[in-house]
Amino acid sequence: MIRSLLALALTLLLAMPASANPALQAVVAENLDQIEKPSRRTVEPLVAQIAATGPEGLALLSAWADRSLGVTDDGRLLIVDGDAATDAVTGQPVPGADPKMLRPNSGVRGIIESALVAGEISSPDPARRAAALASIARDGTAEHLAALRAAPAEADPALAAQRDRVTALLAIRFDPNPAARVAAIEAMSGDVGLDFRAALNPLLATTRVAAPTEPQANIARELTVGQADFPREAAIALLTSQGVLQPRLTPADQRNALAANIVDGSVGGVPVAELSDPAARDRAYEALEASGAVPPAATEAEAEAALAAHRFFEIYAEPDSDVTDAARAAQTGAQVRLAAMTGIDLGLDALSLASIYFLAAIGLAVTFGVMRVINMAHGEFIMMGAYTGYVVQTLVANRTLSLVLALPLAFAVTFGAGVLLYRLVIRHLAHRPLETLLATFGVSIALQQLAKNIFGTQARPLTAPAWLEGAITINDVISISSIRVAIFVLALLFLGLFLFIMKRTRLGLEVRAVTQNPGMAASMGINPDRIAMMTFGLGSGIAGIAGVAIGLFAQVTSELGQHYIVQSFMTVVVGGVGNIWGTLAGAALIGGLSKVIEALNPANTLAAQTFMILFIIIFIQFRPRGIIPQRGRAAEA
Amino acid sequence: MTEKLTRQPFILRNPSILVVLAVLAVFTVAVTLLSQAYGSGTVPTSTVKVLGKTLCLALAAVAMDLVWGYLGILSLGQMAFFALGGYLIGQWLMYARTEGIVAASLAQNPIPPTTAELQEGVANQIFGVVGSSDLPLVWSFAHSLPIQLLLVLAVPGLLALVFGWLAFRSRVNGVYLSILTQAMTLALALWLFQNDSGFRGNNGLSGLQNIPGLDAVDQATLSVWFLWASALALGLAYVLAAWLVSGKFGSVVRAIRDDETRVRFLGYPVEGFKLVVFTLAAMITAVAGALYYPQAGIINPAELMPIASIYLAVWVAIGGRGRLYGAIIGAVFVSLLSSWFTGGRAPGIHLPGYTVNWVDWWQVALGLGFVLVTLFAPKGIAGVVDRIGPLRAPSPERHAKEAKA
Amino acid sequence: MSALLEVDSISVSFDGFKAIDNLSFNIGDAELRAVIGPNGAGKTTFMDIVTGKTRPDAGDVKWGTPPKSLLKMNEAQIARAGIGRKFQRPTVFEDQTVADNLTMALKANRNPFAVLGWRPSVDSTGKVAELASEVGLAAQITRKAGELSHGQKQWLEIGMLLAQEPRLLLVDEPAAGMTLAEREQTTALLVRLAQTRAVVVVEHDMDFVRRLNCKVTVLHQGSVLAEGSLDHVTRNPDVIEVYLGR
Repeated sequence: MIRSLLALALTLLLAMPASANPALQAVVAENLDQIEKPSRRTVEPLVAQIAATGPEGLALLSAWADRSLGVTDDGRLLIVDGDAATDAVTGQPVPGADPKMLRPNSGVRGIIESALVAGEISSPDPARRAAALASIARDGTAEHLAALRAAPAEADPALAAQRDRVTALLAIRFDPNPAARVAAIEAMSGDVGLDFRAALNPLLATTRVAAPTEPQANIARELTVGQADFPREAAIALLTSQGVLQPRLTPADQRNALAANIVDGSVGGVPVAELSDPAARDRAYEALEASGAVPPAATEAEAEAALAAHRFFEIYAEPDSDVTDAARAAQTGAQVRLAAMTGIDLGLDALSLASIYFLAAIGLAVTFGVMRVINMAHGEFIMMGAYTGYVVQTLVANRTLSLVLALPLAFAVTFGAGVLLYRLVIRHLAHRPLETLLATFGVSIALQQLAKNIFGTQARPLTAPAWLEGAITINDVISISSIRVAIFVLALLFLGLFLFIMKRTRLGLEVRAVTQNPGMAASMGINPDRIAMMTFGLGSGIAGIAGVAIGLFAQVTSELGQHYIVQSFMTVVVGGVGNIWGTLAGAALIGGLSKVIEALNPANTLAAQTFMILFIIIFIQFRPRGIIPQRGRAAEA
Repeated sequence: MTEKLTRQPFILRNPSILVVLAVLAVFTVAVTLLSQAYGSGTVPTSTVKVLGKTLCLALAAVAMDLVWGYLGILSLGQMAFFALGGYLIGQWLMYARTEGIVAASLAQNPIPPTTAELQEGVANQIFGVVGSSDLPLVWSFAHSLPIQLLLVLAVPGLLALVFGWLAFRSRVNGVYLSILTQAMTLALALWLFQNDSGFRGNNGLSGLQNIPGLDAVDQATLSVWFLWASALALGLAYVLAAWLVSGKFGSVVRAIRDDETRVRFLGYPVEGFKLVVFTLAAMITAVAGALYYPQAGIINPAELMPIASIYLAVWVAIGGRGRLYGAIIGAVFVSLLSSWFTGGRAPGIHLPGYTVNWVDWWQVALGLGFVLVTLFAPKGIAGVVDRIGPLRAPSPERHAKEAKA
Repeated sequence: MSALLEVDSISVSFDGFKAIDNLSFNIGDAELRAVIGPNGAGKTTFMDIVTGKTRPDAGDVKWGTPPKSLLKMNEAQIARAGIGRKFQRPTVFEDQTVADNLTMALKANRNPFAVLGWRPSVDSTGKVAELASEVGLAAQITRKAGELSHGQKQWLEIGMLLAQEPRLLLVDEPAAGMTLAEREQTTALLVRLAQTRAVVVVEHDMDFVRRLNCKVTVLHQGSVLAEGSLDHVTRNPDVIEVYLGR
């Protein structure tokens, strides 16, 4: 902080023509002895006088506080910077000087600093005022508080608000009057800013002590030995660290002590061969203790007695209980609001994850709904979409244009692949869903290896355009990356498109007819084979689009599809087939639940996924046909 | 054919059993006579191990065929039971061996170790790699071979029982059930991948090829012993499975596969039958795993990712499901072929301008080949055997009713 | 007359469509009953409810003496309690022989472990042969059921029903796809069976029903429209309205 002020002052200094400052010269001349040997009690008016002389005075103060001010034998003050030195009053360089450096104590430096800050925060230049405030906000002291309070009113509204906030935060920590601190805390309570929470934390810092009676201190709470956060070992360790109890003997110490005292194949009268028994070891050690061969160690009884004789407390470092009470209340309030905001953030995360699952699963759900087949190669279609995006990007340099081209192209490529798969394989396995599952699995491993052979095993980047990079940040807690917002929009778009196709087009009508009753649909002149092919192509095409979307934030590898396929299956199974709202509900449930479980168990995403799958297995118990099951007699068969 | 209605030893009614047992015996004896430990040494120990492991895979395939070919449940989680068996036997192998090493090193100390010190040393050795020094609760019985052997049967059996009860009770079937079994496997794999699951995370268990107490026996000899054990297990399981599917029980099980609703209306508790077969198959698979991993030497959670189970299904399909020997043929044929092609020993095909390197292209060929088998030879290799050979066993002609699922 | 099966004001609806609406129905031991009605009258749903395939939204189904509710039992338990059902479409296990099909249906302990320990005996083989000849399939006993003609499959299914030795037989359109001779054979069989057990025949072929010569229940829109002899119900103006009106 001092450095930054100094830098400011120096910049200023260099910007001005070097000219003598008579006022400063007079002050320095009059008070040279006090500058050399300042006293904390009396230096304040002098500092104020120097500060009032203008920029040179401030530069001098900065150097003084920074211990880079020296005094020559002839009574001139020099600002020393490495080997170079300048006259503090005239600003002239002084070559070859050998000044005696001044070393003001911390009290004096505090006074100088606040005077400097006061100077800076009342500077006419708003940029300097802002810099000074930022500097104080980073590393404020009690002196800054006084300076801020004494400073003239701030004209710039934004800066004024910032200054009020900094003042309040400093008041919480440094105001000499406890009531004022409590008032400051209460005024800010409800705020979730990191700075406010950081200001509260030191107030609520505690230490643990053991004492025979209740100590005279601001006690946070009394601890009971054996409670979850204060096990017996912790209590004993505390007693030992306070010197009340001898350190207990660890098994390793005991063993080493015994090993050092083997005499004629026995230790303390106990034969070595018997020492594999812990009780025998204790006997041997006690014998050695009695003979004085080893230092005494605290016995279990001593530890027990010490525990009984002491009470254990958590004591605030902050002595004033009103302040700690207010701080605790404010912290609790902040935590509640924080939790709510974390919840919102989590909701946003879950929403974006659900969008991805929705995009990945929708094609699967459609094909399953119409043909009752699970396409195991669906994940590979997602991968094909992602690689299409990558290939387009290598050909078209403009990121936005390449993305715009990649989306329809990925759709076309995977649509074609889907139609091909349908014509060549799936059509011939009609009404044999398990065989279809396995045959498409064969396609899946072939496609994966093919991708590996063509693109190699290393991950290929699919870079998002610049306007999709970065994040939308609402406050310290809530933020969401732009790509995820874009994917959410994409998912909404596809939901809309899908609903349009299903409800408003001939194809949709026919698809619905085939889904509900294939036999009847066929007798009405609908060609189920063509419908199945179209829906299969459509579902595959959407997988390709999902692939481009996923590729934007994940690495494109030949195994990309595998990471999403199981979740996609789950989405379909949980949601129920033959209904887009079911898929949506399934995606929302799976996405939301993954995030919630992850939030509850942040250390361990693997465990989170395990619990997630277990939940789904249990869920199927209660809704075997998914959240939105297919209705009617046809579904009963 | 009216003799089918009379009392007759079922082995005589199923000549395929005798053929399979004979082939198995000839194979095992032949490999032994060519092995380094007991014979000419023509077959290197590593190959004996590969063959032994292949027998274990065939055993797993037989169980898979019971579940899929006969009961009609395409379980994509069989390898979870296989790996569980491996993990449970691996616990003892690793614990007992580490205990020996730790005891030997502690014996260097002037003071003999206590039980607690010994255990702490073992735990440090085994779990140091995942930053832990406590023996997890699931290792409570790792010191005891009989208990761990019991657990090899009990744990996968219980898992299959609980999972099966939940799934069958809510009448989940067809592809839904397949997806659910896949999910179960994935959940288990992810759980084991964690460092604090108590199974050393992705390090898995290693050094399993060293059998505690048999330090004096070299790997060449051990490999033959395991080959015999695997062959014995396969033979016994084959007879058990054939017996299971030959009588009225088998009749009901196949009926469940073809039309489960109708079987209910005949008064059979369908869920009970499914549970019996599913659980039994899980236990057989676990035994296969417990025999496989001491030959493989290492097990880690990647072994039970769903893909492994799907491969098992692929083997059975290629071999011919609904025929027990088909499962064996498929497992042996495809797994040996796979390891030959991916082992880099298969000669590449030189085309103008490009060389087909089998390490890269085998997977593609396998995938497409599998599609072709499904399309054009739904009965697999066993279908061909059926046409030319005398091994006619009670077998399904079609699976039309699967479509109802 | 103590009822063997007592269906007490059951209702069930699918997606708001009332398939069964406050339907009550009784049948005693050793009674033959025909249930007729136009398509959508709820005949099949009625059988689904009795056999446990569908759960009613309201009402109760009681069985035997002392009366026991069937609603708490699943399909298999209901079948074991003595209710046999013949489907409209013949459903036999086509991969298995006629003998296997019949053996499976033979009344015996259905517990999986009991089935595992089950061995054919002289008694069971004789029973299977007897059933096969009763339904005219003695010559086909080792053939796969899939190789039988449609009519033979119908007969095999009836044979399987007999093997179960049910106390109540629910028969769904037995005459469908049968030749005239086969129909007469079926009629005779049903009448004979009804001497020792209750038989409910669902049919909409009036000629066939007339030949059965039994009490008739007419269903319409999920509830009973009329009940009595065939002549009685065919004179009922409501019945005429329903049959002629459609």
